[in-house]
Amino acid sequence: MKNNEILSQIPEIGEEQIKLLEKLSNAVSVSGDESEVRGIVMEEIKDFADEVRVDALGNILVTRKAKVDDPVRVMIAAHMDEVGFMLVDDEGEGLFKFEIVGGIDNRQLVGKPVLVGKDKLPGVIGAKPIHLTTADERKNPIPLDSLRIDVGPGNSKKCKVGDRATFATRFETWGPSLVGKALDDRLGVATLIELVKHTPENIELLAAFTVQEENGLRGARIAAYSMNPEVAFVLDSTPANDLPVWDDEENGRYNVKLNHGPAIYRLDAATLSDPRLINHLVKVGDEFEIPYQFRQPGKGGTDAGAIHKQRGGIPSVSISVPGRYAHTAVLIARKEDWKNTMRLIYASLCKFSRDLLLADR
Amino acid sequence: MTELKDTLKKLISLPGLSGYEAPARKVIKTAWKPLVDEISVSPMGSLHGLRRGTGPEPRPSILLAAHMDAIGLMITGIQDGLLRFTEVGGVDPRILPGLRVTVHGRRDLPAIVVQPPDYLLDPSQRGKSVAMDHLFIDTGLEEQDVIDLVRIGDLASFAQEPLELSGKTIVGHSLDNRISVAAITYCLQELQHMVHTWDVWAVATVQEEETLGGGFTSPFEINPTVAVAIDVTFAKGPGANDWRTVGLSKGPTLAWGPNAHPYIHKKFLDVAEQLEIPYQKEYVPRHSGTDAYAMQVVAGGFPTMVIGIPLRYMHTPVEMIALKDMERAGRLLAETIVRLEVDFMEKITWDEVKDEE
Repeated sequence: MKNNEILSQIPEIGEEQIKLLEKLSNAVSVSGDESEVRGIVMEEIKDFADEVRVDALGNILVTRKAKVDDPVRVMIAAHMDEVGFMLVDDEGEGLFKFEIVGGIDNRQLVGKPVLVGKDKLPGVIGAKPIHLTTADERKNPIPLDSLRIDVGPGNSKKCKVGDRATFATRFETWGPSLVGKALDDRLGVATLIELVKHTPENIELLAAFTVQEENGLRGARIAAYSMNPEVAFVLDSTPANDLPVWDDEENGRYNVKLNHGPAIYRLDAATLSDPRLINHLVKVGDEFEIPYQFRQPGKGGTDAGAIHKQRGGIPSVSISVPGRYAHTAVLIARKEDWKNTMRLIYASLCKFSRDLLLADR
Repeated sequence: MTELKDTLKKLISLPGLSGYEAPARKVIKTAWKPLVDEISVSPMGSLHGLRRGTGPEPRPSILLAAHMDAIGLMITGIQDGLLRFTEVGGVDPRILPGLRVTVHGRRDLPAIVVQPPDYLLDPSQRGKSVAMDHLFIDTGLEEQDVIDLVRIGDLASFAQEPLELSGKTIVGHSLDNRISVAAITYCLQELQHMVHTWDVWAVATVQEEETLGGGFTSPFEINPTVAVAIDVTFAKGPGANDWRTVGLSKGPTLAWGPNAHPYIHKKFLDVAEQLEIPYQKEYVPRHSGTDAYAMQVVAGGFPTMVIGIPLRYMHTPVEMIALKDMERAGRLLAETIVRLEVDFMEKITWDEVKDEE
């Protein structure tokens, strides 16, 4: 396929896609109970998938057949789950103790509205009035043990211990930005839905909408086994820590920056990305003049950490949409970065051939 | 009642930070106008509504004061497209990270307060509750737009939308003290079909959270016989259970302490007992932290009283109140007002009030 043809076929990120992202972002799917997002994904892909099944952990495994013989079998994964809470103790009068699912800084909890259980019962995490605190007390974060989810007196019957909860943030767009609670990784989920709807004809697409990423990459591990792909791409969101540093020195540890395009992973806490795939993404990015950036090597990880060590080894790489303030009530990403992520993954798939994998790593 | 609840929800959806109360005042004026005979705005911006009594002139008068200003934030600087800020009123920095706000720049901008990752912070802040001057507000806009739209000193108000939870509770920001504005409104509605000899001044004061500016000025102009501050008080809840706290939904509080005139206190107490209006006692050994503290010492001094409405999570964006407490406070105010005889004050003898109980 010619480059200008590829460019003309790149799935659009327009109003309709942002509406879908909104629906996905507002859905509640804390790791271990991804059913709401799963329902949305199933509805979106059912008319496009050649095969679809939900496996033992709740992953959605989708096959989209190629229009060529003996196509390369490409897995693309995006996780459906999000960080959140589980109610663990009912203290009566609508007050519940809770535990954190996934990584959330305690300091991000105070004063937040939350949604509890399947019926999305509104609740709040309050704090002791400032008037009753001492100056010393205010220097230390309020420990999780002292916080409660409060659903209002007399409402205890409408939710129960074991229910999941998460931040009640509603999706918005602010100028160039997408603003929502679970854009890590609903951005990836929304991108993958578009790829299922608009699959490049040269590949067999194995789309894995995974569960329990925030709980230790557990869904991706079994999805990769079942799908047995030749190569895997992971779509996620990674922190843009491109904020000023306290001493006004240059911020050399930004991880990634907003407005600099999709982030290509080379090294994170769990994966050394396959250099053949990195080079492919870079080449396509340069050729198509799609902005991209390298994620600064460091901690963190994606589903690739579980996928690349599955079976005899699966060449893997991750591509993330940069986002500020991940794992808090609000993540801010740029529309342009999402669009460029879509461009880079789509063009890279169109340009992908098995030959790339025949060369030694 | 539905109408009053709607007014309340509208009130707690507005900014109206200390010194900039106009948005709240506008809504309160609309609500009070049909309930009073005269309405005016003081030089400081406080709203004064007068409902005349039936007694012969010169009539005694009771001033009911609820502050309408809200706590919030003020922009102090712009750095790399992000905003630095300080507080207006008392804000615990621990409620800030992730707080949804509206920045009132050249136009209103949605935004959030953000906490940089620990490794970008001053070492003294890492793992601690991060002090306000290390946090930012992010509008999601590009740097140049931020510079064009936001000025130093612009306000940022809490943007938490009102929530209705069970037990007829309402959650939102600035229920401190707009729930008391609602209580005064409820009182005025009750008085529509009651006879009272005293004049009633409904006053929505300004700047309570910063300077008590409304409390210090309105009584001077009005010169009331008695001045009552209606303000929120600490309801028991997570982290707040000591003697300073009262039950949520267990009735308004009658303050006892130096800002409460014992005779006026007793009058409210007697009416509550007589009509079996649930109430709680609140012991305030020093400064009551309300407009009463200011009103008491305006000009030659006024007899004051404090009625409290229990509120959980004070000065957070998710303050919680029980509507029942507001209604009971409003009813107690109205029922006490109609029981104020023309010569009520003349009958005050300090000896008569021995001790509480």
